[in-house]
Amino acid sequence: MAKGVWIVAEQRDGAFRKISFELAGTARKLADVLGEEVCAVLCGSGIEGIAGQLGKYGVDKVFVADSPALEPYTTDAHAVAVAKAVKENDPAILLLGASTQGKDLSARLVGKLATGLATDCTDVKIADGKLLAIRPMYAGKCFGEVVFSTFPQMASLRPNVFPAVENAKAGVVVKFDPALDAGQLKTKVLEVQKDTSGKADLTEANVIVSGGRGMKGPEGYAILEELAAVLGATVGASRAAVDAGWRPQSDQVGQTGKIVSPNLYIACGVSGAIQHLAGMSSSKIIVAINKDAEAPIFTKADYGIVDDLFKIVPEFTKECKKLLA
Amino acid sequence: MNIVACVKQVPDTEAQIKVKPDGSGIEEGGIKWVMNPYDEFGVEEALRLKEKNGGEVTIVTVGPARAMETIRTALAMGADKGIHICDPTFDGADAYATASALAAAIKGIPHDIIFCGQRAIDDDSGQVGAVLAEFLGIPQVTVITKLEFAGGAIKAIRPIEGAQLLIECPLPCLVTAQKGLNEPRYASLPGIMKAKKKPVDVKDAAALGVTVTANAKVAKFIPPPARAAGKIICGDDPAMKAAELARLLREEAKVI
Ligand SMILES: Cc1cc2nc3c(=O)[nH]c(=O)nc-3n(C[C@H](O)[C@H](O)[C@H](O)COP(=O)(O)OP(=O)(O)OC[C@H]3O[C@@H](n4cnc5c(N)ncnc54)[C@H](O)[C@@H]3O)c2cc1C
Ligand SMILES: Nc1ncnc2c1ncn2[C@@H]1O[C@H](COP(=O)(O)O)[C@@H](O)[C@H]1O
Repeated sequence: MAKGVWIVAEQRDGAFRKISFELAGTARKLADVLGEEVCAVLCGSGIEGIAGQLGKYGVDKVFVADSPALEPYTTDAHAVAVAKAVKENDPAILLLGASTQGKDLSARLVGKLATGLATDCTDVKIADGKLLAIRPMYAGKCFGEVVFSTFPQMASLRPNVFPAVENAKAGVVVKFDPALDAGQLKTKVLEVQKDTSGKADLTEANVIVSGGRGMKGPEGYAILEELAAVLGATVGASRAAVDAGWRPQSDQVGQTGKIVSPNLYIACGVSGAIQHLAGMSSSKIIVAINKDAEAPIFTKADYGIVDDLFKIVPEFTKECKKLLA
Repeated sequence: MNIVACVKQVPDTEAQIKVKPDGSGIEEGGIKWVMNPYDEFGVEEALRLKEKNGGEVTIVTVGPARAMETIRTALAMGADKGIHICDPTFDGADAYATASALAAAIKGIPHDIIFCGQRAIDDDSGQVGAVLAEFLGIPQVTVITKLEFAGGAIKAIRPIEGAQLLIECPLPCLVTAQKGLNEPRYASLPGIMKAKKKPVDVKDAAALGVTVTANAKVAKFIPPPARAAGKIICGDDPAMKAAELARLLREEAKVI
């Protein structure tokens, strides 16, 4: 009988990604309802030392696969390692992050473990002893409640949505041999080109300042960069701004860009087309600054200012600087 | 080179989505159906590979009768032939079932490289490509924005949080397309005329030897949670409005 709530913890260069703690906190909550254990799988190279940190967030046991072949992440190696641990231990629930790595890995595991997965969930609970996963579909125009008929019941959780609650447990580290065979490892990471801006990625940012066609051109973003510097925010963009070449593709928020859920999303000169809303409507607080009172962004905004953004944003930056001084 | 592109027919991004009163699905009346935008990037890249290296592009779709239009669109863009897996038992199929059907069809044809979209914008699940790759026993590189082919292997760019990876992968393999990969072409009028004569093989579940199960199933569709009406900060003076916004974000919303 499948038992226990498992997570796949994520680390890069020997440091946990924030999503790992969000997963642990959520798994703990589910496991407490079921009266079961929380276990984590952690894969990488030279990572045994950090494994115990997961205990702080409610993990009872950490299964660690430590091998040079597991760093940097490749689907081939990680899917084999995680599938082995899961098959040997038969958990009831397996949670991953809906991060780039978690999405890649979780989907491959669906095939390897012959089971089902709910992607990019914004809520998970236990109903009748089983996992009930709630997720946006059709770009957030509706939600689906997903149930499972196989084990493990898999869900990937949207970053920044679930709290990383501290709840100290043993975090006992158990090493396992991932049994990787070189013939299985087909893909190679030749190069990692790091973004050196020092800014959080949009999908992990707590605050996002986003600009659209209303920014008038690439120079317009200077005032958003200034505001972002004050708030510790990351700058995003609408597709119109990206397609015009004002901002890189990696800045695009929306249905064909990134799905974000910061605590605060400030949309400047963005009309709020349905495809843009698809990417940011799970933000906790939404602010719109737009000179058109009829712009659809105002239907989603918690706070709005109808005015010229070139007048408002610099003043707003000054105010924030004062408040945060 | 034998190239396969998987395409799904989905509601247009502008479509209003209404949940049926009993929560069993969405109302399909009035929806305009299009090729999943990410699959357009896949088809385009497939055509570019063929134009450079020679070969054939086969389009595969699982979907109801109307999905034939999407295959014709891809054929009109320049693909060579299609496989339409059409069976009512696939309604509401999950990624596992869809990928089983695609795998059964693709196993029967030569395939050096397979394209999928990084996700379908209806179920937004982003799973089918990877599950299909697993069923075919080939490696995957997902969510790519650049692709090069040389010497029997591909090199692809995959953006991740705060970095871009350059990944090398031998053929046969499966990739999933992200925006940025290319600008998809439009079908030309002669293309549309030619597409009508290109072969499309229609198959049902029995012909492929697959049975449909749903390991993960949407038991209930629900409308999105309503957002409470927001506050519009009024006034004539931009500085005062900006100050009020900052105050509200700090004291009321507590986000700065
Ligand atoms: C398949 C598909 C996928 C798409 N995916 C995405 C996506 O992922 N992300 C996305 O964003 N879009 C996407 N779009 C595009 C989307 O439909 C819109 O075209 C786009 O979001 C518009 O960008 P915008 O709001 O910047 O521009 P506009 O709609 O032109 O809006 C500009 C806004 O700026 C305001 N403005 C102008 N000047 C000022 C000023 N001085 N002060 C204050 N306000 C000002 C205007 O009132 C207006 O509301 C997609 C479209 C399709 C068809
Ligand atoms: N029914 C289908 N027929 C053909 N290809 C599909 C189907 N469903 C999904 N795919 C492919 O898999 C990708 C990801 O879909 P999904 O996992 O549903 O988000 C799509 O972009 C398509 O390339």
